[in-house]
Amino acid sequence: MDRIPILKLEDVLLVSIQVDMHDQLALTLQDDLTQKIVTTRARAVLIDISALEMVDSFMGRMLGNIASMSRILDAQTVVVGMRPAVAITLVELGLSLPGIRTALNVDAGLAVMREVLARRDEPANGE
Amino acid sequence: MASDLETFPVRNGEDVVRARQIVRSRAMEVGFSLVEQTKIVTAASELARNTVIYGGGGEMHVERVYGGPKRNGLRLTFEDKGPGIADIGMAMQDGYSTSGGLGLGLPGTRRLMDDFEITSDYGKGTTITVRRWRR
Repeated sequence: MDRIPILKLEDVLLVSIQVDMHDQLALTLQDDLTQKIVTTRARAVLIDISALEMVDSFMGRMLGNIASMSRILDAQTVVVGMRPAVAITLVELGLSLPGIRTALNVDAGLAVMREVLARRDEPANGE
Repeated sequence: MASDLETFPVRNGEDVVRARQIVRSRAMEVGFSLVEQTKIVTAASELARNTVIYGGGGEMHVERVYGGPKRNGLRLTFEDKGPGIADIGMAMQDGYSTSGGLGLGLPGTRRLMDDFEITSDYGKGTTITVRRWRR
């Protein structure tokens, strides 16, 4: 497998990482997602990592890059489904994933995303 | 100290993935908890990647170790014949990287494991040995 599929659901790009990624695959995903945000005019990216048995500093950096790049392209990123053992290990490794919005599962992730997008769509002067 | 030493090549990205899978299965055999397995596999992934990126490839040695009648663990050694590390003190600091990375690989790995040993001859290569005991 040399590419991770990206699904488009309305204005959300959905990615579910189901394989133990080698670094090149992670970099390809980063590039593909960035391109796809622009071509599909997606407003949000949801990345499901519930199948990942570990996230090391390289993958952590990739998730951070995706979040930053999508923000610059006016899209929000939510990472969902991180396993507890992975979270414990990441923090001990020294990575707390600053700037990355997270949720426990896909449902919760979509809810977070809708909320963020709704807030953003409010008029700047508010009600 | 009975042991069964296994050696695997670590030359490219695919080998890094394979190293993770091998270490996962050995850590399970030793009886580590899921969280401990995840820490050991993550440490192995960091060190295997370093072996490829900085060392130009090398080998991983995996060994089950026994420290007493009820004490066992896993020892991993990553060896390369690359350029070596010019300043080990700097390389062990959080946030220091010569490759534009996060600089968490070595210091983070030391936090994930019980023992961490590094020897590097500038110009001749680097050997890193880590060990974790079962709680």
